[in-house]
Amino acid sequence: MGLDRGGKTVLDGLSAGIPEGAAAIVGPSGAGKSTLLRLLNRLADPDRGEILYRERPLRDYEPLALRREVGLVPQLPALLDGTVESNLRYAAGLAGEPLELEQTLARAGLDPSFAERDVTKLSVGEQQRAMLARALAQRPRVLLLDEPTSALDHAARDTIEAALGELRRELEISTVLVSHDPEQARRLSDWALRLEAGRLAGCGPREEVLA
Amino acid sequence: MTPLAAAATSIHVAVWQVAASLALVALAAAISYWQKADLERDIVVATGRSIVQLTLVGYAIKLIFEADTIWLVLALLAVMVLFGAITARHRASKVPGSFRPLLIALALAGGTTLGLVVALGIFEPTPRYLVPVGGMVIGNAMTASAVALNRLGDEMGDARARIEASLALGATAREAAAPTIRRSLRSGMIALVDSTKTTGLIFFPGTMVGMLLAGASPTDAVRLQLILLYTLLGSVSISALTATLLAYRNFFTPAAQLRET
Repeated sequence: MGLDRGGKTVLDGLSAGIPEGAAAIVGPSGAGKSTLLRLLNRLADPDRGEILYRERPLRDYEPLALRREVGLVPQLPALLDGTVESNLRYAAGLAGEPLELEQTLARAGLDPSFAERDVTKLSVGEQQRAMLARALAQRPRVLLLDEPTSALDHAARDTIEAALGELRRELEISTVLVSHDPEQARRLSDWALRLEAGRLAGCGPREEVLA
Repeated sequence: MTPLAAAATSIHVAVWQVAASLALVALAAAISYWQKADLERDIVVATGRSIVQLTLVGYAIKLIFEADTIWLVLALLAVMVLFGAITARHRASKVPGSFRPLLIALALAGGTTLGLVVALGIFEPTPRYLVPVGGMVIGNAMTASAVALNRLGDEMGDARARIEASLALGATAREAAAPTIRRSLRSGMIALVDSTKTTGLIFFPGTMVGMLLAGASPTDAVRLQLILLYTLLGSVSISALTATLLAYRNFFTPAAQLRET
């Protein structure tokens, strides 16, 4: 699979599989990690080759339904104007899912008082957690996480990492995490993909790829 | 009899009177030169163009009035719509494929509002009413849709991350762009809504001034101005809405992905 943007090759000759469970995409910045994640959510399509999800080509899925099932949490928080609760309701409404507000907030490491908070008054770290809660409100089967702790201090990062661990165990949500931090990838994945300059530099069980 | 007919008092303006008013153009050019505003050339060009363009339009309107056929009026309005869309496209340069939405918006706004004022019996379907009113309606529709699409182009760039985050949740293109569409529509309409609020207090609108100068009674001048303001509100809202709702789609692929810009 490959992708070009503005006359430049961003991803090339990529052929890999990601099993259910916890996976990580690692590599230096500019390697194409975030781009690959966007392709998995169909925010863009590859120029060459094909991506399969549960053995069916991604293009055969209805894009809106696919995005509700395979949720993406972008690196930069981008909440809608309003409260945290209104953002969660919006996402749950799109997916046609009932919203369990307090539980969803708690899963993203936010206490119930955050529901009423105006999103413009949150710190970047709180916004990132609100973005995670918003994605969880859709009850996805797979979560694509783009550097979910990049703007967080150590304590907040630990909260998110613990929350992600619980998602896998309790809700059986598969995760694909993009991280520039190999330590974090080691903590949060069983399977890893390493990208370098848009090409695959390794794919397999964590202990082999992240050794 | 329509309200306008009573007001059709004719006055005569001699060429020397127009020539005398050029003294004020000279004043404007002098101020620009004195303050180094660097607009003298533009002022001269603008004055020359206004003389040529208005004189030509005056003759064209004279011909159309004399021919007194609705087809010639429709042809003139169609040309106005076409040039309006071409002009507005320059201000909507950040919107891909903006010409078609603008053309449809102006045609729809002109057709609907003129059709309504004729159907409601406010104006007779004759060249004397349709040409000037059509010009105002299409001109205002052009400004409103150009402002709306200009804002749409800016907002779609600025709000890219937020729109894409909504798409990533499975929102349709329309749902993801809804806040942007709302703000673009508002910017297209707000100028006329505001000027309608302050009309008579802060400024005298052109039609009223023209009628008063032409010797019409103030009551007739006011009534006609009100009709025109309300007609323009209708036209502006139709054009801004149509242009925005047609143009936002051009930012998305059929699979609800934001196009690369």
